[in-house]
Amino acid sequence: MTAKRASPLVFVALCFSALALYPLVGGQFGVDLVSKIMIYAIFALSLELLVGGTGLVCFGHAAFFGIGAYAAVLLAPETEAAGAGLLALSVLMAAAYALVVGALSLRTSGVYFIMVTLAFAQMAYYLVHDTPLGGGTDGIYLLIKPVFGAFDLDRPLNLYFLILLSLVLVFAFLALLYRSRFGRALAGIRVNEQRMRATGFSTYPYKLAAFTLSGALAGLAGFLFAVKDGFVNPEMLSWHLSGSVLIMLILGGIGHLRGALIGAFSFALLQEFFKSEAVFGSFAKHWHLGLGLSIMACVALLPHGLVGIPGQLRERLARQAAQRSQGTGAVDERI
Amino acid sequence: MSGSEPEQNGANPILRCENLSRRWGGLLAVNQVSLAFWRGEVHAVIGTNGAGKSTLIHMLCGEIEPTSGSVFLHSADVTRWSQARRARAGLGRSYQRSTIFPSFSVLENCRLAAQARSPKPWHWWEPASRCEASLAAATLAARQSGLHDDLDRAAGLLSHGQKRQLEIAMCLATAPQVLLLDEPLAGMGAEETERMLALLAALKADHAIVLVEHDMDAVFRIADRMTVMVNGSIIASGSPQAVRHNPQVQAAYLGEH
Repeated sequence: MTAKRASPLVFVALCFSALALYPLVGGQFGVDLVSKIMIYAIFALSLELLVGGTGLVCFGHAAFFGIGAYAAVLLAPETEAAGAGLLALSVLMAAAYALVVGALSLRTSGVYFIMVTLAFAQMAYYLVHDTPLGGGTDGIYLLIKPVFGAFDLDRPLNLYFLILLSLVLVFAFLALLYRSRFGRALAGIRVNEQRMRATGFSTYPYKLAAFTLSGALAGLAGFLFAVKDGFVNPEMLSWHLSGSVLIMLILGGIGHLRGALIGAFSFALLQEFFKSEAVFGSFAKHWHLGLGLSIMACVALLPHGLVGIPGQLRERLARQAAQRSQGTGAVDERI
Repeated sequence: MSGSEPEQNGANPILRCENLSRRWGGLLAVNQVSLAFWRGEVHAVIGTNGAGKSTLIHMLCGEIEPTSGSVFLHSADVTRWSQARRARAGLGRSYQRSTIFPSFSVLENCRLAAQARSPKPWHWWEPASRCEASLAAATLAARQSGLHDDLDRAAGLLSHGQKRQLEIAMCLATAPQVLLLDEPLAGMGAEETERMLALLAALKADHAIVLVEHDMDAVFRIADRMTVMVNGSIIASGSPQAVRHNPQVQAAYLGEH
């Protein structure tokens, strides 16, 4: 394996190792915050499969996240702790909705696809917002958290390591998938769908499989979020969250799995930073402004996202070296 | 299955169309075109811009549905087949503009094309680079197209002529019986044109080649049969010599050629 190919793997391995060791140094607040960010990272990875892997910009991804979360609460037994079956059911519910949405929305493309996915997400949002099913704007509580064998998820550290394990497995699964024949076909569809059809690929089933898989992974993230907070509300299906997860990808760098990880952590940490009254005092209530400006700056200055910084630095150094050598030539000519 | 099939030296055509038409609103882009294409022949379709050549290619490969008429691959009526299904059945095509995958290597471009016909194209855990069947087909196609020295090069870094060769290589990787080539010589220099003509001459033994091209010198050198289209209709079809001396063709298109 070349050094160029090995370095992202080393980076990701170091990140996961650091996350595994974090509870040793992080307090309760830190463990809770990092748990939340890791769930967002799973959510961002699920969208990366669509946006970066297949070239489908979905603007309603929060629907699958929210359905996974609501399923975890609505399908949980009232008097006893649920088992791993609840996790499977939540993921299946999200996947089933993604299959329906994908089957219809993938008949469109471009901006129409974006708007149709948004419309389906808003339908799901209003279903839980305006009906007794989802508890309206108040949301619903998960009274008893699931127990996976000897693994009681009511204990924050157990939950932390379950989320970390899920993140590692989702990352490894997608890394495997990206390199496979299926993943390469998705990459071909992203670059030139017309050419893929002319080559003999029926592209629709590939895109539908990617869409359903992506929805299932978002549902997993939603399940973990519901278990972590013990509470769900309609905001988990809102277009704000669909937009936020898209911004995480743009911030981290679309087209790279580690970009989704970096994006989720950067977005959440920037949010915490601008919300901090210790830093910004009373101005902290305007945290949206600071977050928005910093994201705009990142997008303007880092066209390939944070993951592209090393490449940009290498290019700049090479350009400066070339200019220096040209400058030396110019001085020689003047002499 | 349609009625009688035209024959050439006792052989049935691989691909043929009958009364193929395509209307765009008030414009009849292709009007009642019937043609047949045989293995071992380069069949050039020529005509001015807007004559309907590219629309005809689009209908033959399944990218556009005809308003009326039928397309047959061997004896099967493929008119309602999708483009992908026709491609898997042996209809390969290249485009006017290069449609390669620029960030992939030359080998990966060809391998991905070959994957459509490889066993288990949906395989999701084994690395694609370990798919022996598609790798073998890709390597062979790249070698046939003269790109064997550039297998690991990013396709976007190839010269224009090499990109056109890669287009052909991607077609070949799908093991086609018919090659529908839309202006493969567009934008090429003299040396690149020579290389492409040599490639097409080598390929025609095993394929039926349908060539849409504006470079008349090249067309008259390589074509075994020619069809001339004007305003969506065929005005002449036959050997290059017969077409060259056809007064209608001279008046409409060839001029001093």
